[in-house]
Amino acid sequence: MARIIAGVSSSHVPAIGAAIDNKQTEEPYWKRVFSGFEKSKEWMAQAKPDVVILIYNDHASAFSVEMVPTFALGCAAEFPPADEGWGPRPVPVVKGHPQLAAHIAQSVILDEFDITVVNKMEVDHGLTVPMNLLFGSPKEWPCPVIPVAVNVVLYPPPTGHRCFMLGRAIRKAVESYPEDLRVVVFGTGGMSHQISGPRAGLINSKFDKAFLDNLTKDPKKLTRIQHLEYMREAGAEGIEMVMWLVMRGALEDKVDEVYRFYTVPASNTAVGHIILEPHRRVAKKAAGKTKKAAGKMKRAAARAKTAVRRSR
Amino acid sequence: MAREQHDYDDIPGTYVFDQDRSRQGFGINMFCMSLMKDENRKAFKANEAEYLKKFNLTPEQADAILKRDYNRMLELGGNIYFTAKLGATDGHSFRHLAATMTGSSQDDYANMMLAGGRSVEGNRSKSGKVAKPVKAAKKPAKKPAKRPAKAKAKPRSKSRSKRG
Repeated sequence: MARIIAGVSSSHVPAIGAAIDNKQTEEPYWKRVFSGFEKSKEWMAQAKPDVVILIYNDHASAFSVEMVPTFALGCAAEFPPADEGWGPRPVPVVKGHPQLAAHIAQSVILDEFDITVVNKMEVDHGLTVPMNLLFGSPKEWPCPVIPVAVNVVLYPPPTGHRCFMLGRAIRKAVESYPEDLRVVVFGTGGMSHQISGPRAGLINSKFDKAFLDNLTKDPKKLTRIQHLEYMREAGAEGIEMVMWLVMRGALEDKVDEVYRFYTVPASNTAVGHIILEPHRRVAKKAAGKTKKAAGKMKRAAARAKTAVRRSR
Repeated sequence: MAREQHDYDDIPGTYVFDQDRSRQGFGINMFCMSLMKDENRKAFKANEAEYLKKFNLTPEQADAILKRDYNRMLELGGNIYFTAKLGATDGHSFRHLAATMTGSSQDDYANMMLAGGRSVEGNRSKSGKVAKPVKAAKKPAKKPAKRPAKAKAKPRSKSRSKRG
């Protein structure tokens, strides 16, 4: 059975990609940003996922105003980097996992998510920048990627709650896939930023930090944030953060925050990053492999605790 | 017909790219998409006004493009991810465009970002109605306990106002 071993989120600022491509990562401005991902790369090298499901948005590359799918699932065997106006980024072609993607499509549609199936698509910085941040710049990406494109460009994007529920549906789909695969779900975009209009440059670190806190502790609270509030508090383009909730929905309710990084700015944007793993520590120590056994052990542990308290 | 008003129109300095703007700005955005190709960039640069005739633009839209009035383009239905392609054709980055739209010099804008960006304080609302963050919506209230009391209270207050 396939399972989700972790959730990761990070911003996908295009200027970060440009800094990598132009070899500016050692300049002080950019070093501040990239140093925050050193530990994450180590973590990813250890986690060794078999597949990454990457939630991102297209920026007028694969989808123009001619067609705007709210949720689109990349089911192709490969996704070439898009030419965003200055030539395609010099990054490897992203290899897909058509079999798992087909399984996910079949599962989530019957789960009432009317997702658009995409069998030919180029991917832009929204997908490739986060890949660089977590995998560095290898000759080939170390694992296949299933892109999930969310419309956050044309208002209204799907609600945070809807995104969270899509995450749930994706988890259900993954867990019903027969092959043993270790899957990481990757949410991207944000954090607070506005790049359009006279209010451009808006950053709200307070909002971002609360968002990161609640992503771990109380994601349901985040699902109640309205679009108006995202745009008002986190900038017109900060609304992208709903995509992080797809990632969060794909995880269990209780998670452990393994790592977090936050810095302002990268170009116009607050850069945020978090790694979450399912909360399994206690169960892992005590229990056998099945859920039932874990439950038993938890109950036993609880009994033991109360016994200790009583004896005091 | 005048533009339908929305709650987000209260956010200052912001043109939300909504369905109505998308409808109006289709020509602007399709023009910008055409600039993804080098031959089109060259043709545009060779004769801008002539090139724009290929697209279904209003005179105001064409004017905003020719003048590189980025805020006006957004107001008339352009979207920043599309208009950024026009910026790129001129050799400008997102940050350059952002600075232009805020009316600050490139240096001032860069310094503002380095100092933590534009504060949300004082930038939440045109009407001034929202000066603080709205508290995150509470969990759906547990209704049963309070409902009967409320139901009673309402008609009373109404009748009072009628008397007044």
